[in-house]
Amino acid sequence: MSTTFESSFIALLGAENVLTAREDIIPYGFDGTAALKRYPRAVVFPRDARQIAAILKLAREQTPPVPVVTRGSGTGLSGGSVPVDNALVVCLAKMNRILELDTANLTLLAEAGAVTQEIYDTADRAGLFYPPDPGSMRVSTIGGNVAENAGGLRGLKYGVTRNYVMGVEVVLADGSVCWLGNKCVKDVAGYNLRDLFIGSEGTLGIITKVLLKLLPKPAARQTLLATYAQMDAAAATVSDIIASKIIPCTLEFLDRKTIRCVEDFAHAGLPLDAEAVLLIESDGHPAAVADEAARIEEIARKHGATRVKRARDSAEAVQLATARRSAFSALARLKPTTILEDATVPRSELAHMVRFVEGVAARHKLEIATFGHFGDGNLHPTILTDERNREEMHRVEAAMQEIFDEALRVGGTITGEHGVGFAKKKFLPGQLGDASYALLKTIKRAIDPDGLLNPGKIFD
Amino acid sequence: MPTPAQNLLKSLDYSVLQQCMHCGMCLPVCPTYSETKEERHGPRGRIALMRAIADGELETTRAFGEEMYYCLGCLACTSACPAGVNYAELFETARAEVERTHVLDSAQRNFWRWSVVRVLFTRPRLLRLAGRGLWLWRVTGLQALTRTLRLTYLLPRRLRELEPQAPRIGAKFSHQLIKPVEQPAQQTPVRRVAVLTGCVQDLAFPEINRATVDVLLANGCEVHTPPVQPCCGSLHAHNGDVESARALARRMLDLINPADYDAIISNAGGCGSHLRHYDHLLHDDPHYAARAVEWSRKLRDVSEYLVEIDFRKPVCSPSPQTVTYHESCHLCHGQKVSAQPRAVLRAIPGVELHECAEAAWCCGSAGIYNITQPATAGRLQNRKMGNLRRTGAGVIATANPGCHLQIQNGLRAENDTITEVEHPVVLLARAYAAEYELLPKKQ
Ligand SMILES: Cc1cc2nc3c(=O)[nH]c(=O)nc-3n(C[C@H](O)[C@H](O)[C@H](O)COP(=O)(O)OP(=O)(O)OC[C@H]3O[C@@H](n4cnc5c(N)ncnc54)[C@H](O)[C@@H]3O)c2cc1C
Ligand code: SF4
Ligand code: SF4
Repeated sequence: MSTTFESSFIALLGAENVLTAREDIIPYGFDGTAALKRYPRAVVFPRDARQIAAILKLAREQTPPVPVVTRGSGTGLSGGSVPVDNALVVCLAKMNRILELDTANLTLLAEAGAVTQEIYDTADRAGLFYPPDPGSMRVSTIGGNVAENAGGLRGLKYGVTRNYVMGVEVVLADGSVCWLGNKCVKDVAGYNLRDLFIGSEGTLGIITKVLLKLLPKPAARQTLLATYAQMDAAAATVSDIIASKIIPCTLEFLDRKTIRCVEDFAHAGLPLDAEAVLLIESDGHPAAVADEAARIEEIARKHGATRVKRARDSAEAVQLATARRSAFSALARLKPTTILEDATVPRSELAHMVRFVEGVAARHKLEIATFGHFGDGNLHPTILTDERNREEMHRVEAAMQEIFDEALRVGGTITGEHGVGFAKKKFLPGQLGDASYALLKTIKRAIDPDGLLNPGKIFD
Repeated sequence: MPTPAQNLLKSLDYSVLQQCMHCGMCLPVCPTYSETKEERHGPRGRIALMRAIADGELETTRAFGEEMYYCLGCLACTSACPAGVNYAELFETARAEVERTHVLDSAQRNFWRWSVVRVLFTRPRLLRLAGRGLWLWRVTGLQALTRTLRLTYLLPRRLRELEPQAPRIGAKFSHQLIKPVEQPAQQTPVRRVAVLTGCVQDLAFPEINRATVDVLLANGCEVHTPPVQPCCGSLHAHNGDVESARALARRMLDLINPADYDAIISNAGGCGSHLRHYDHLLHDDPHYAARAVEWSRKLRDVSEYLVEIDFRKPVCSPSPQTVTYHESCHLCHGQKVSAQPRAVLRAIPGVELHECAEAAWCCGSAGIYNITQPATAGRLQNRKMGNLRRTGAGVIATANPGCHLQIQNGLRAENDTITEVEHPVVLLARAYAAEYELLPKKQ
């Protein structure tokens, strides 16, 4: 980075908030996505929207303009915060305050770098509930959650991040600061611009504050663990639960390989001899929870669950959820490279899709473990491989293509919650079709005409 | 010692580095990342730097060296890592690489390292002599005198800052309190164990070694405690001097043959964490590899062993007490021994265990971290003291001499002369002793 460019940032943010040394920036060359690495030219830590506006102005004034990549905690799984070459990374990790908990309106206002878990805990201490709980919630930032529209284990009943965002403060590429949304339950004044920024993957603006909707904390919870000797039986249980008009809060699935890796790490008492397990949670009024849990257990047994275990207490329930959250990282125990996919299908197609993935693994001689948010139709087939084995990586590519094609054929999507980023952009045109794909670019051009923000993500 | 010619990170098995899939699940437990929120100061970033060196994208620079010594080596990241990354090995290799390349060299640092790592902690008798010197310094009132006269201002700055932190040395060392072989009083022994007395433990807390022997005797063990034991080498391995660590491990194996015992008992979290890995440390040593494997298989922390042999629960206690437990990093993260010390405490009648927030968060002692990074160590100490205070406990239990001293110093800084710091086995030993007092004296 040229010295004048560097010193202007230091003047703006203070030396401790500007990183340019090689040892400082190498750790910003990646996020949670496998096999992606590119180094930025500098990393800066702003404190507020005003500083971000000034950063964007400085970046734009350079010849040529310096691309800006926004980063939260870098847990993304599609390469969203992996820098493009020579980029300036704007990291929001130090903007992590919770600004307001409004118990009269049931809202919480936080800076975008606040960690999801802290938001959950703050609400929880006041008897309130912030439901979206991505597996990475102890680490991820709320800004990153909004930018990816993150899902979680409670998506089936409570929806995803989008369903809780009431307002955002965002800095646009030209440095203007917009506040989109408010504490009103209803609001139809103008286009719904707030929603445009949810899931925008850092390509339209930098989110600096988020206003979130909270719910009253459910009075009771019951967690169940159903064990199966066949994968199909687990899938059939899920379809039947939903067809019986029961919407549990969590309906997670782990296959045999995943169970073993997770148990190895978490020692949560998962059955190592099982072909599949379902982790199910019901929450709400105690009587309703008891009734729902009983009906779920009955359905699970009807479909051949070999065992249905109820968590003894909340400590055991938390342990099981924590174990599930570690699934993706725990799979890394088996092979050097873990490539996680995010194909999502209508729930009626789940059993078919799981079998299809098994077929792909066999055809391409690959090791694929599958887990996921079954209740949402969201599968995470995870390819266990070695990025240094070129020949195998070709087979991985082919397998991914087949999985995406099949997901789209049955009416699904290439990504349910991890976003497109770098990793999936070449598959996007296949899903969207010409007109919608062009519309995406039109919107990007209108809001960020110079392509300053996160260029090369989602589309070229 | 010959300096290895090869870059140690490059010659490390690459899969150990590759095991990190950069998911970031370790970030929230890392004390240094929590201080700065910069990736370089977290496990994921440090591993990325090591990998960059292995890949030839980065030289072993001074900044890299400083980063490796800013890391506490607390291993909290290994407990949090679902992918099973062996950070301990990465960290020790990286520090050894830093020493190999001399990127941090300065006359002062070299002198410190030489005198502490190479001289004092490789010669147990000399260490005891130095300890005796420190003890005399305190009991003769010379310490008080120099402090009163502010003569400490004559010491170099680092030493001056450290002087009040220096351990209070016990009046006696372990071998003056413990016979080389002791038999249980009430029964014929059913097990035979060896007790490791440690260096700092031996100097500063010999009564913990005595208590360790006592609780083992009370549980039917014949206890062997060789009077002069070498340092286990953990200080050396953690500070980039693997060769000394290997030499010390061999000396230890010469002194104590694991084949003769049912278990080898350590009571210091930091030592135990290293002692357990002699198998790995000596895996390519043709003469010692097999013995080291047996050693590692039999090595136990004292609380772990007590729980394993289903120790006898005491029936009375000296007095009711509220206790909180601070986890030594290398006991809970390094050895995964976390429930057992609590089980020991809960078994003592009259003990009320109050859990402490962030019990497994580093106290800042971290080997010689409070010497090398006093500012961060001080902040971690304050954070720990705050959490301990909020439990309202009158006794702080912990099972590692570094933590023990760090917390004692924290209390001293707050002029607290009431709160006690104790090793769990000391409390257990007292409870057994209280029983004994009540027993009708037969012979
Ligand atoms: C172990 C593990 C489990 C996971 N589980 C889930 C899960 O269950 N559900 C799920 O949906 N995801 C999951 N993820 C993916 C990831 O955690 C989420 O996408 C999360 O929302 C990313 O947050 P972050 O703060 O790490 O963002 P980053 O990775 O830093 O960034 C993600 C994207 O958001 C953009 N961005 C970040 N902050 C801002 C901002 N303030 N303004 C504008 N753009 C911004 C970045 O440019 C990038 O494109 C998981 C990841 C891991 C490693
Ligand atoms: S050390 Fe483990 S938890 Fe941390 S980033 Fe690497 S794989 Fe994830
Ligand atoms: S050893 Fe401790 S300080 Fe070092 S990276 Fe791991 S958690 Fe952080």
